[in-house]
Amino acid sequence: MNDATSTRLTLFNFWVAFGAFGLACFFGMYQVLERSGLFAFLQSPAVYFASVSTHGVLMAFVLTTFFIMGFGYYTAAHSLGQPVWNPRLAWTGYGVCVGGVVLAAIPLLLGKASVLYTFYPPIQANVFFYIGATLLVVGSWFWCAIMLVMLARWKKDHPGETVPLPMFATVANALLWLWTSLGVALESVFQLLPWALGLTDTIDVGLARTLFAWTLHPIVYFWLIPAYIALYCYVPQAAGGKLFSDVLARTAFVLILVLGLPIGFHHLYMDPEQAVGWKFLHMVGTFAVAIPTLLTGFTVIASLELAGRRQGGAGLFGWIGALPWKNPMVLAAILSLLMLVLGGFGGIVNASYAMNAMVHNTAWVPGHFHLIFAGTVVTMYLAIAYQLWPRLVGRKLYSEDLPLVQLWGWFIGMVVMTTPWHILGLLGQPRRISAVQYNSVLTLSWDPYESLMVIGGFILLVSACQFVYILYKTQTAGETLEAEPAAADDAVRPPPAWLNGFTLWNRVILVLMVLSYGYPILQFFVLKTYNPSAWGY
Amino acid sequence: MQIRSPDKNWLHEKLAGLGVQLSQLEINELERKWLLVSIAMIGLFVGAIVVTAVSHGIHPPGHVETIDSASLHLSQEFAEDKLGVQPTPLADGSIQVRLVAGRYGFYPREIEVPAGRRIVFRMASMDVLHGAHIPMTNMSAMIVPGYVSEVVSVFPKPGEYPMLCNEYCGLGHDHMWSKVTVVAQENWRKPATGGSQQ
Ligand SMILES: [Cu+2]
Repeated sequence: MNDATSTRLTLFNFWVAFGAFGLACFFGMYQVLERSGLFAFLQSPAVYFASVSTHGVLMAFVLTTFFIMGFGYYTAAHSLGQPVWNPRLAWTGYGVCVGGVVLAAIPLLLGKASVLYTFYPPIQANVFFYIGATLLVVGSWFWCAIMLVMLARWKKDHPGETVPLPMFATVANALLWLWTSLGVALESVFQLLPWALGLTDTIDVGLARTLFAWTLHPIVYFWLIPAYIALYCYVPQAAGGKLFSDVLARTAFVLILVLGLPIGFHHLYMDPEQAVGWKFLHMVGTFAVAIPTLLTGFTVIASLELAGRRQGGAGLFGWIGALPWKNPMVLAAILSLLMLVLGGFGGIVNASYAMNAMVHNTAWVPGHFHLIFAGTVVTMYLAIAYQLWPRLVGRKLYSEDLPLVQLWGWFIGMVVMTTPWHILGLLGQPRRISAVQYNSVLTLSWDPYESLMVIGGFILLVSACQFVYILYKTQTAGETLEAEPAAADDAVRPPPAWLNGFTLWNRVILVLMVLSYGYPILQFFVLKTYNPSAWGY
Repeated sequence: MQIRSPDKNWLHEKLAGLGVQLSQLEINELERKWLLVSIAMIGLFVGAIVVTAVSHGIHPPGHVETIDSASLHLSQEFAEDKLGVQPTPLADGSIQVRLVAGRYGFYPREIEVPAGRRIVFRMASMDVLHGAHIPMTNMSAMIVPGYVSEVVSVFPKPGEYPMLCNEYCGLGHDHMWSKVTVVAQENWRKPATGGSQQ
């Protein structure tokens, strides 16, 4: 199904997503330069923290939300063979999101919302920042509703049939997002907005942090699922093989949905407002959610091996060399998985109940999440863009080699930038500083790593510019594309009903959420708490 | 609406049905093994953490105690003359240190504690969020306004340690740090009063 509406929706969403990405990379470059302290004229905490806030919001909220919506419209229309349901609603949602981004961008760029992308009450940003962020979330709910309705309609028309895997995963993600965003939405509507509008004088920071933690970890899975969709649904075919196991893929998506939601407290390990018992419970859940990721790694590598052997690769490792490394999707998958392994190791340290104290809020943390998010997730977003762009604009990809150079650059840049951050973190450097002002011998040991980080940042910026350039040239100067090659669908044995729908899983999530967040939220209404009043930045 | 009394067979049938469905799942032998390896691996990590948490009492700070940040100076514990290293050790021999975090410093700015002894830090914020971390040690805690943060650490080696604010607290955040001097047990003099130490 290649209807004009879904194509336009996808393109419009992708433009915002990748525009935000390109812009955010310039902020990132400025930050590594400023932070390195090598250039005295750049030193400015005010500009630095405004830049960090903007970089975080653009990457974590704008790039992801718009990319996921665009990719979702494409997936729904193509895998279900149906036009997008209610395009007017879809465009309204898009408008609400864009409006929100513009509203939030103004105070961000003026330095009136330097509260970083995690909000940080009782530091108070300009009210338009909170309104804008809320609108972005509300607009994305329109998309969630459309995905759910499209699945329901398809199921009605195709009783007893298996939901195509990409759509199954997309709907899992829409549900995940509805559950996830509820935490930050509650914080925003009942705490931040009334407080920023002056309707209330004070804010319960403990409650705000707990509600944000509700959102803060599952949001990562919201970003990750599209990358997994590509790993499961695009990579095996791109490598010349087929998906190793459909059932296992569905199991992984369901496990991420169910286990990913009730585990946010590992972001609060060092906080005083939650008791150790709850932290312990969430720690167990955090480790459990590593299982679907381990399954994904296995399934994707097994599918790649299958493809490599089909193409004549022999021996224990021969299949690796036989893989089509010149295919951007395959290359991206390999590089992504490498970064997932490195980042996953850091994640296990962060998730470790007591070990976390050594690295909490140090440079280790951005090192870890840049590997997972900017590495694993964004690399797959880039590969998806290379795959879809020609189909969306009807032109051949501008160059065959440049995407490979770009992907390698992104990988190398990410490794060069995050390795020193991990070391700096172990050496105790805090993550959210604009300059090293401590008159202590400790900081001498930090110096050599600062310059390495600048080099990594520079490679990443060049790579990001290449990416935007390739998309731009494809759209404006690419050769016209012939008919779209039809993807060969391997027939799969129908999965059991509980891997073909979400009713059961929503009930399970409800129970788990009440168990893991019920009392921890209720306590703020039972305990005698004292709310601090607002502070500027 | 009438609530149906639970039918004993209902759960039984459901479970049996689930068992049949599970056994019909097409899972390759290799996948089954990997699934078991994954679960065992995660079990091992969680097991190790459970053992250290239970047998050695190693937990992150999580001491739910509220306090009014706006009137810390009037409080029993965090009044200006009560801050710093406390002259009397706690019943179990630990040294107690009370700190107030505020833009942009920890008060008192310098403290001196003995090496090899259990130090209990009690900290409260007088304004926004802060974080206290002594690099390369497990002395780390968020300081959230409205709560008392309690964290316990032992510093084995004497030396000068910086205590850094590791949570963004405003544009002067880079400048927020204090000096912790760890001295050998025998050289440590307990302070005369609960207030500042010279
Ligand atoms: Cu601070």
